[in-house]
Amino acid sequence: MSIVLQTKNINKYFRKPVLFHVLKNINISIKKGEFASIMGKSGCGKSTLLYILSTMDTDYEGQLYLNNELLTGQNHNKLSCIRNKHIGFVFQFHYLLSEFSVLENVMLPAKKLGEKSFEEIEHEAMQKLKILGIEHLALKRASRISGGEKQRVAIARALINNPSIIMGDEPTGNLDSHNSENVFNIFKQLCDEQGLSLLIVTHDEDFAKKTDRIITMSDGEIIS
Amino acid sequence: MLSKLKQTSVAALGVTFGIGAYITLVCFMTGLNKMLDGLILNQTPHIHIYNEIEPSKKQPIALYEEVKNSFKVVHSIKPKQSQKKIHNALPIVKYLKKDKRVKGAIPQIKTQIFYIAGSIELGGNLTGIQPLEEARLFNFQNYIVKGSHEDLQKTENGILLGSGVASKMSLDVGDRVQISTIKGDIFPLKIVGIYQSGLADLDAIQSFANIKTVQRILGEAENYITDVNVKLFDIEVAYNMAQEIETQFKLKAIDIKTANAQFETGTTIRNLITYAVSITLLIVAGFGIYNILNMFIYEKMNDIAILKATGFSGKDVQYIFMSQALIIGVVGGVLGLLIGFGLTSLINNLPFETEALPTIKTFPVNFDPWFYVIGITFALISTFFAGYLPSKKAKKIDPVNIIRGQ
Repeated sequence: MSIVLQTKNINKYFRKPVLFHVLKNINISIKKGEFASIMGKSGCGKSTLLYILSTMDTDYEGQLYLNNELLTGQNHNKLSCIRNKHIGFVFQFHYLLSEFSVLENVMLPAKKLGEKSFEEIEHEAMQKLKILGIEHLALKRASRISGGEKQRVAIARALINNPSIIMGDEPTGNLDSHNSENVFNIFKQLCDEQGLSLLIVTHDEDFAKKTDRIITMSDGEIIS
Repeated sequence: MLSKLKQTSVAALGVTFGIGAYITLVCFMTGLNKMLDGLILNQTPHIHIYNEIEPSKKQPIALYEEVKNSFKVVHSIKPKQSQKKIHNALPIVKYLKKDKRVKGAIPQIKTQIFYIAGSIELGGNLTGIQPLEEARLFNFQNYIVKGSHEDLQKTENGILLGSGVASKMSLDVGDRVQISTIKGDIFPLKIVGIYQSGLADLDAIQSFANIKTVQRILGEAENYITDVNVKLFDIEVAYNMAQEIETQFKLKAIDIKTANAQFETGTTIRNLITYAVSITLLIVAGFGIYNILNMFIYEKMNDIAILKATGFSGKDVQYIFMSQALIIGVVGGVLGLLIGFGLTSLINNLPFETEALPTIKTFPVNFDPWFYVIGITFALISTFFAGYLPSKKAKKIDPVNIIRGQ
């Protein structure tokens, strides 16, 4: 199976307040269609790693490949485009634009990509909402729906540009077990049915156990 | 991002009031200024030509060859014997009227008279004028509170009495007044109107009559002219032209700037104050926008972060904020212009009556389209800068910091 995301010897230091070696020689690769989770104690560098993988953080040593393309050292505008097209995000907090409707929130990254017409984007956004079972909320304002629904909208937004990989930073951290279950099932379904790659940082052991592969981190190193 | 309607409209209102106040202030102030200028400039000739009674510049002794190299002292110099009238006045007027710089040149006769009320004689000035020309060039009609300048033109023995004289002698339009010249000849004249300049001292002595009437009263010929008033198209050439006329005709020619130097200073200072205040207003409005956009960005940190995370580049985010600032600028500016226009129209209709200006009934306002152009331009420029700095900040926001901070 082809490799979607690969890192080679990634090292990261925090310089403030004191020099601190956060990530030590991280070598991981995520295959296409793989559902991987990263676990580890607080402060072990999981999120830091995820932000490097997501290209938002560019201050590191080593190389990062997405679809076998070297991303390290690219300029910010190029990285913005790559993020927009190939990477979907789901955060612990939903980060929806509260004044916009659910549909508009989902459509936003596709509008930025600008590859399709407005009607196509709208149609696609409705499709994604349907997959997640929340198409009835499409025209509601993002601030008027429940927490679990918000998270699902955030997932729909991550999916809109048909990315190569979806990254999640504790996407179930703010949800109760029922909604967590729900989100997991959605991820699983996407992975199985659409061959999406998923990389999820989580604290939730039950959640992690159900994924294909658990990457465990401790003190900036991968231990398994 | 544009949907935060409340804040956006508050920001736009800041611009609106800034620009509105600017328009109102500038229109009103320049309107007042113009009126004050008009007070002086409209009724003052740009060049006043007359024959000055003065000592000869060259005393006869200077011509005497034998004491050429000596030091000469002349005691108790007397003015040169000369006539009051301008020699060859009518050809001079004709010549001046042909000059391309001249809007009009009109002859006047100024003379001292007495108003006779029973046994009382009141001293006064009578000026012989061409009423229609005076009205055309110097807005003479604005100072006639009763009757009209046309009546004066039509009536052979008509007189336009100063309001002070009229009230002293309890006379009104239609009555007759007797005047006596210095030589002692007495003439009855019919009052066709009342003149009020606003200067009580002047109104208590000044009267006007037709130039021909005055010539007849004085027993002088038709070429007897004591003053020529010139109005120019461009007031700036007045000084040079006055100099020319002095050397060419050997007459005294006073230009308006020399005659009203202190007035000129007053106008400059008033303009300066107007501009200082209006620029302050616009700057305050600009800072208002800056503040609001700045707050806006702090509030929208999360949204900016997610926009960046989903692939919007810093430039896109900056573009969003810039366009928002400019929308605020355009909407606020246009509304400001409308409010300014409304307020100035209102002021323009407010009653404003003063003794000094008998014809002005409402506050003067200057509706110059340039003020609107300047207003909207400044609104756009200031919102551009007020939006540029915060948007620069938004551009630099690091999404990782924001998202991690949650």
